[in-house]
Amino acid sequence: MTIRLGGEAGQGVESGGAGFAGALSHGGLWLHTYTEYMSRIRGGLNFFQIRVADHPLWAHTEGVHVLLAFSPEAVTDYGPHIVQGGALMFDDSLKFDHDAVTRRNVQLFGMPLTKIAQELGGNKIMANTCGLGALAGIIEYPFEFVADIIKKNFARKGDVVVQGNLKVAEEGYKVGRDKYAGAFDWKVSPLGERPDRMLINGNQAIGMGAIAAGCRFMSGYPMTPASSILEYIASHAKKFDIVVKQTEDEIAAILFAIGAGNAGARALTATSGGGFSLMVEALGLAGMAEVPVVIVEAQRPGPSTGMPTKTEQGDLLFALFASQGEFPRIVLAPGTQEECFLTAVRAFNLAEKWQCPVIVMTEFYLTTMMRTLLPTEFPIERVQIDRGELLTAEQLDRLGEPYLRYRDTPSGISPRAFPGHPKAVHQACSDEHDEYGHFEDEDQANRLKMAGKRWRKFQNIVEDLHEPTLYGPEGAGITLMGWGSTYGAMREAVDMLNASGTRANLLHFVDIWPFPEAKATPLIEAARQLVAVEGNQSGQFAHLVRAMTGRRADRMILRWDGRPLSPEYIIEKLEEAKVHA
Amino acid sequence: MLDLKTFNNQIKVTWCPGCGDYGILNAVKSALAQLEIHPHEVIFFSGIGCGSKLPDYMNANAFTTIHGRALPVAMGTKLANHDLNVICITGDGDGYGIGGNHFLNILRRNPDIVHIAENNMVYGLTKGQYAPTSERGFITSTTPEGSIEIAFNPLTTAINGGALFVARGFSGDPKHLAKLIMAAIQHKGYALVDVLQPCVIYNKINTYEYYRERVYKLEEAGHNPADRDAAWHKAQEWGEKIPIGILYQVEGQPTYEEQVSELKAGPIAKRILQPLTRAQADALRQEFF
Repeated sequence: MTIRLGGEAGQGVESGGAGFAGALSHGGLWLHTYTEYMSRIRGGLNFFQIRVADHPLWAHTEGVHVLLAFSPEAVTDYGPHIVQGGALMFDDSLKFDHDAVTRRNVQLFGMPLTKIAQELGGNKIMANTCGLGALAGIIEYPFEFVADIIKKNFARKGDVVVQGNLKVAEEGYKVGRDKYAGAFDWKVSPLGERPDRMLINGNQAIGMGAIAAGCRFMSGYPMTPASSILEYIASHAKKFDIVVKQTEDEIAAILFAIGAGNAGARALTATSGGGFSLMVEALGLAGMAEVPVVIVEAQRPGPSTGMPTKTEQGDLLFALFASQGEFPRIVLAPGTQEECFLTAVRAFNLAEKWQCPVIVMTEFYLTTMMRTLLPTEFPIERVQIDRGELLTAEQLDRLGEPYLRYRDTPSGISPRAFPGHPKAVHQACSDEHDEYGHFEDEDQANRLKMAGKRWRKFQNIVEDLHEPTLYGPEGAGITLMGWGSTYGAMREAVDMLNASGTRANLLHFVDIWPFPEAKATPLIEAARQLVAVEGNQSGQFAHLVRAMTGRRADRMILRWDGRPLSPEYIIEKLEEAKVHA
Repeated sequence: MLDLKTFNNQIKVTWCPGCGDYGILNAVKSALAQLEIHPHEVIFFSGIGCGSKLPDYMNANAFTTIHGRALPVAMGTKLANHDLNVICITGDGDGYGIGGNHFLNILRRNPDIVHIAENNMVYGLTKGQYAPTSERGFITSTTPEGSIEIAFNPLTTAINGGALFVARGFSGDPKHLAKLIMAAIQHKGYALVDVLQPCVIYNKINTYEYYRERVYKLEEAGHNPADRDAAWHKAQEWGEKIPIGILYQVEGQPTYEEQVSELKAGPIAKRILQPLTRAQADALRQEFF
């Protein structure tokens, strides 16, 4: 079932929702949470929704079973999302058109939430807690889990606040259960098995992966939806020896990271499309000077400022080809939290091995969406750290010939030395340069040699990249093809299709550039009906696949209204297009 | 003192004969030699412009970056390895125009970085357009009726912005300039040395002769660099008399990197990377239970 909390920013929609999610998670249940908010700090309209099940979840689904509304706008806007037989929970004092709700066969569960908060807790701000207590009562979820979370979350505010919230929640629970539980069909019970699980979003998983990979430097400029990576790393900086710098702009953010990367620190920056636009010239610098740097591009809908708090996958081709000239770069797009973690680790290894920029692409949906996951999905202590061809101080001490920073080698990789060793004096250079690093921006033979060296790297990188994941039965009549954070929606759509007798599978790409042509082409060619599924207007990945493999997608299911793809949306569009296996 | 040849390399210098950059190159080498800083102990950063080729003409670590961006790349390196002496070479358009935001921000950060700005008041490498430091009325191919804007004053901006070492040199007096650069290197914190650098091709106003007639040395004029008001006053003196020397210096303030707690145990670039321990990993995961 899906529970949604809706209200104004500042009404505790997100904190309350996260708290309730914790209570459900501690009962062994599997969750997928998803939030939508406006680009404002107070007022407006936001929601936090929790999909809860007795099995692991991959995506949100359409339809809300119970909506706890804190504002009239939440009723107007989100009321139509409530399924038939579902319920709208609200404070008695909330004014809205009751008939409009009941006309749709939605039940009205009004309760004196504010009054209880005022009388038992002494503060009407606890109406939120009261509503969550009532919610637990209505779905008959044991109160002890709610009580535990209240104790945990309010502990730092002191015993008076904890006790007040407990009293209010308990009374809400009683009222909800006694008055409405009998009328509400959906119930949630704790599971017998309750192993420790994590409830984590994509940005946190990327931050965790960066720390696991030995990231030592992060610079950034705040921009939704990437900022929480900078905040996560900053909050762990002292413990893990990471220098964190908020810079004057995104141009400086990537350049700080390039400076740190060249000096020998694993360096990260994170931004969204607008900030990435500012980073573009420096991206080419990293490519030309062969400096490892990891850039997270958390997409939101453009163009320009676009829709700052909504989701889209509109920057793919931009990221692939941003900056003048041709140079090696790697573009990766994780689809899930566990892939965010692993991709972040791989990004640092690939950046240092191939001495080039690595762009990790996510989108708003994945950055804020949370899922419950077993801790084993995050094998922090078992990650491999591969710094590539790096000359140690001892190797440099013994070096007979002069050190060449851009030595022309068969692999294209020139062994690195960090500035500071007497035998490794060198120049990193943005002009075309010779093997030492000196300007050589005239000579044709040198140009061909050095451009050839960089091109060999680009050609060889692909050996380290992974083929797309195939999920679902082989030889299916329909193959959904996507990249990045549409994985969950596609996977659940595939499950629903197969359950209803339509044989479908999916191809999901994390490793996008250099395009893993040899590994991916047979899988793409095997598709009987290839349906590209993307969160953009033009089908950018489908274009790339066509360019790289010659295979044109038979259909495209696209979404660019700022909302994430859901399994139902995919299936509905398949039906509209009359795509049948 | 190191042999000056220590810093020579085989690269052919491509500056025009008579270019003010030669004096700066010689002064930089002389300063490093006198301070006995070896080529591997220093790293130069430059942007784009005639003067930004300077690191290419020296035997020393360097990162020649993109237009206007030497300062942020240098900051990243300083924060990763503060054992290195970091010297930025920018032009006036490069350092004060396109890189202006980075200039404003480094002033208030005080990293131990030397910033030598080759200020020829014109865009040389793109063949003679006006620069942020060009004097009002300066006629160029893009300002045929003369520049309408007032000239950017890097010295007042630096003092106002929080810099604690602000100097001006003249590339026609490389010995004096070398002393200023030495003082800048020895100053703990951000140090700006704005250098009056004649462009013999595109700036027919601010020539060697122009400067020789006007410059005077602050240290010979009884100027007290610790006096901020006096420094502010001297930073605005232009015309009949042009001061060179250290305008402003305050010592004893902590650098940016000294205040970063993660750097107390030494440069982060020198740490050995290894996977986290089980206990560290558990702690990270448990935050999400």
